[in-house]
Amino acid sequence: MSTLRQAQAQASVPDVGLTQTSRRSLFWRFVRHPELGSLVGAVAVFAVFYALAPAFRLPTSWSNMLYESAMLGIPAVAVAVLMIGGEFDLSAGVAVYSSALAAAMFSYQLSMNVWAGVAAGLALALLIAFVNGWLLIVTKLPSFLVTLSTFLMLQGINIALTKVLTGSVATNDISNLGGFTSAKAIFATEFTVGGIHLHVAVLWWFAFIAVGTWVLLRTRVGNWIYAVGGNADAARAVGVPVAKVKIGLYLAVGFTVWFTAMIQLFTYNVVQSGEGPGNELLYIMAAVVGGCLLTGGYGTAIGAGIGALIYGMTKLGIVYAGWDNNWLLFFVGLMLLIATVTNALVRRQIGKRSALS
Amino acid sequence: MMTDTAFGTGPIQAPIVELRGIGKNFGNITALSGVDLSVRAGEVACILGDNGAGKSTLIKIICGLHSHDSGSYLVDGHPVHFQSPRDALERGITAVYQDLAMIPLMSVWRNFFLGSEIVTGHGLLRRLDADKMRTIADEELKKMGIVLADIEQPVGRLSAGQRQVVAVARAIYFGARVLILDEPTAALGVKQSGIVLKYIAAARDAGLGVIFISHNPHHAYLVGDHFVVLKLGQVELDSPRKELPLEQLTYHMAGGGELTSLEHELQRTSRA
Repeated sequence: MSTLRQAQAQASVPDVGLTQTSRRSLFWRFVRHPELGSLVGAVAVFAVFYALAPAFRLPTSWSNMLYESAMLGIPAVAVAVLMIGGEFDLSAGVAVYSSALAAAMFSYQLSMNVWAGVAAGLALALLIAFVNGWLLIVTKLPSFLVTLSTFLMLQGINIALTKVLTGSVATNDISNLGGFTSAKAIFATEFTVGGIHLHVAVLWWFAFIAVGTWVLLRTRVGNWIYAVGGNADAARAVGVPVAKVKIGLYLAVGFTVWFTAMIQLFTYNVVQSGEGPGNELLYIMAAVVGGCLLTGGYGTAIGAGIGALIYGMTKLGIVYAGWDNNWLLFFVGLMLLIATVTNALVRRQIGKRSALS
Repeated sequence: MMTDTAFGTGPIQAPIVELRGIGKNFGNITALSGVDLSVRAGEVACILGDNGAGKSTLIKIICGLHSHDSGSYLVDGHPVHFQSPRDALERGITAVYQDLAMIPLMSVWRNFFLGSEIVTGHGLLRRLDADKMRTIADEELKKMGIVLADIEQPVGRLSAGQRQVVAVARAIYFGARVLILDEPTAALGVKQSGIVLKYIAAARDAGLGVIFISHNPHHAYLVGDHFVVLKLGQVELDSPRKELPLEQLTYHMAGGGELTSLEHELQRTSRA
């Protein structure tokens, strides 16, 4: 090694385009913080509803808005990290209900402690996630198709099996079962901070964002996730275990799916078997609004959190402003469009630079 | 290696990488057959050939992306059958690809350490030592003459020449014994090609074995010690530098006999 260093020092040091890189453009600073755009969007949405809807300013409104944001935001964090790794999960929305149904029916129909149901829900969520990841690796099909298939299958199973086991479209109330109180304390307790009544889901949401951010920016696995999504072949060539990373990402989505399911179950005590479809697209929407590139390799967990917050504020802001609820999807779609166009600009700019050089 | 030196046979050492009669099939298609190649420390072996000659398949075998179907692959005299590039990396065989195996959207230092990140702390607090990696990446690039105002900038923002040097600096830093350079000068202008050739020479002088894949006999001849010309998956020419004048190498590279007949044809056409 030392001889090499000497050789390097002796070799005449060439100047390879020093001037090009010493210039820092605003654009490239922007590129480094994918969530900046969504932050601007969140401030704008906040300002609009703050001005238009007096009810939006009340602390009670914030407990609802933050709860809505959290229920979308917990799976959205994992979906964003998965998208950074270059894949989709369309089954996540329905899988939340599969996991909740499994937990509820396992406890009630077998007259068990709810914690056994909680474990069953986790096992099912991770199994679904593993099957998604494994099918993706084995078939080499786009994850869009693989998870669309599991999405439809789960939707069918959810309704059909619930009907067989309960004779209804919903599960039985589990609040009288053993272990309910302790499970509710973890997944669905509520408390008051500074005049705002908060559901514990909000704290869990922040925790998931923090963990996601830590993993992405400060761990080896995080480095690998960006690499796998940015250029899987290149990542493989330097020794990144691409298949393991992708399956791991699906398992992470599975974990947040289970967590969301448990919050849902212990907040309402019953589960409706037909719910879930559509949510998977909202998770993806939150990730993209938060700055994730649909093609992978770029984005942040915090961006997905902001994307979810924008959704929560818009959903309830429209109610507080006294508008027709149907405008919600219009506004969410509009923000998605703006975010997608911004993302496309980013990618084109980087593509141009690579092609030029 | 030690024994050879003890016998006092001069610079002749055992090869680090040796291929004997390597073959590779993809279904019915024979991509390579009967290819021999050896690389010693401090030696540049050049592999030349037209598009589709099997150069890329050959280096993919050497660096562990493909496994060979026939023949034997020896590292330090021991037969190996790599399952992944990691196996090759562990033995110090590192490839620098045409696309440079870089992630355009990731920062320079993250690319530099990708797959071999430095971590600190234990248990749940085990984390990337970002400061250390930034400092090392910056130092290593400075040694190569690249001074970046910002080590955090995405690699996609660098010029092709800069990316090339990042890739080579990375390979050398991670203790490569054999450096495989796939068409490192293909996309570069004259000045930047010169820079890359200088680093090939520097790596060779520092005792690394270099496998230099190229289209360009003029570039190869500037740094090469041994030349292998591939054609349709087979070795057409295998010769040390001292037995091979540049004209002959260029002749083989340009298509050999085919070129002569093409020359005849074109002459007739121009007369007509």
